[in-house]
Amino acid sequence: MITLGDYLVVSAILFTIGLAGVMLRRNLIVILMSLELMLNAANLSLVAFSRFRVGANGLPDYNAQVFVFFVITVAAAEVAVGLALLVALYRARQTTDVGDITTLKF
Amino acid sequence: MSPFLFWIFAVLTVVFGAAVVLNRNPVASALSLVVSFLGLSALFMSLDAFFVGIIQVLVYAGAVMVLFLFIIMLLDIHAEERRRINWLAAVGGLGVAVILLVQICVVIGHFRGARQTFPLLAGSTTDDVWNIGRLLFTNYNLPFQIIGVLVLVATIGVVLLSRREPR
Repeated sequence: MITLGDYLVVSAILFTIGLAGVMLRRNLIVILMSLELMLNAANLSLVAFSRFRVGANGLPDYNAQVFVFFVITVAAAEVAVGLALLVALYRARQTTDVGDITTLKF
Repeated sequence: MSPFLFWIFAVLTVVFGAAVVLNRNPVASALSLVVSFLGLSALFMSLDAFFVGIIQVLVYAGAVMVLFLFIIMLLDIHAEERRRINWLAAVGGLGVAVILLVQICVVIGHFRGARQTFPLLAGSTTDDVWNIGRLLFTNYNLPFQIIGVLVLVATIGVVLLSRREPR
């Protein structure tokens, strides 16, 4: 049978892939996609815990699913603003590589 | 949900998630992300969270991915040319990620609930939209309205950011 731990391990692997993408890739668009992967890994563990904690009425704990709804909304807003920043940056510098943006580098 | 289907969708999600990071071409990364999100949506539905699974498909595989592909097309980004890899940075980044994975797995291993199967449901979960909506408009009414303001601010911010500077 599938246990709660199986879902949590899948979520952990997905989060790690996202973290590795943010740290290893140099293209800003791929970094934004990796951020989405990390947010969705958190969503998966939230939904798994929601299903695990069955209340007195025999239904899953819907508080966690409301949180997932909030996370998805915030992620969508974050992607929109991030991509607008990317377009503004591309207009100014003609690059999406994080290695070429060194104005604030110490 | 049979264990067979769980493993199919879990492997699909993880493999295409890895393809997002490993692909050199941004378009291939974006399309891998769509497949990964579809697998994730199937995992949500296997946990009886049908509403969350549906909005995952609608919002991510629909709206967000169109946004990504549109920006890739607009900026005309090609596959990155092979550049010399900074091995120190690559090994460091991969090392931090692997350490985090090992840490999370150790924590899951020490958590007793992780070895239990999911309890059976007594009620029907087909009306989970009603349940989530009721919570959203009663217990979480203030956060819901704050999220509305956030989306409004994001919309105005995007318009302002993408406006051309007047000469």
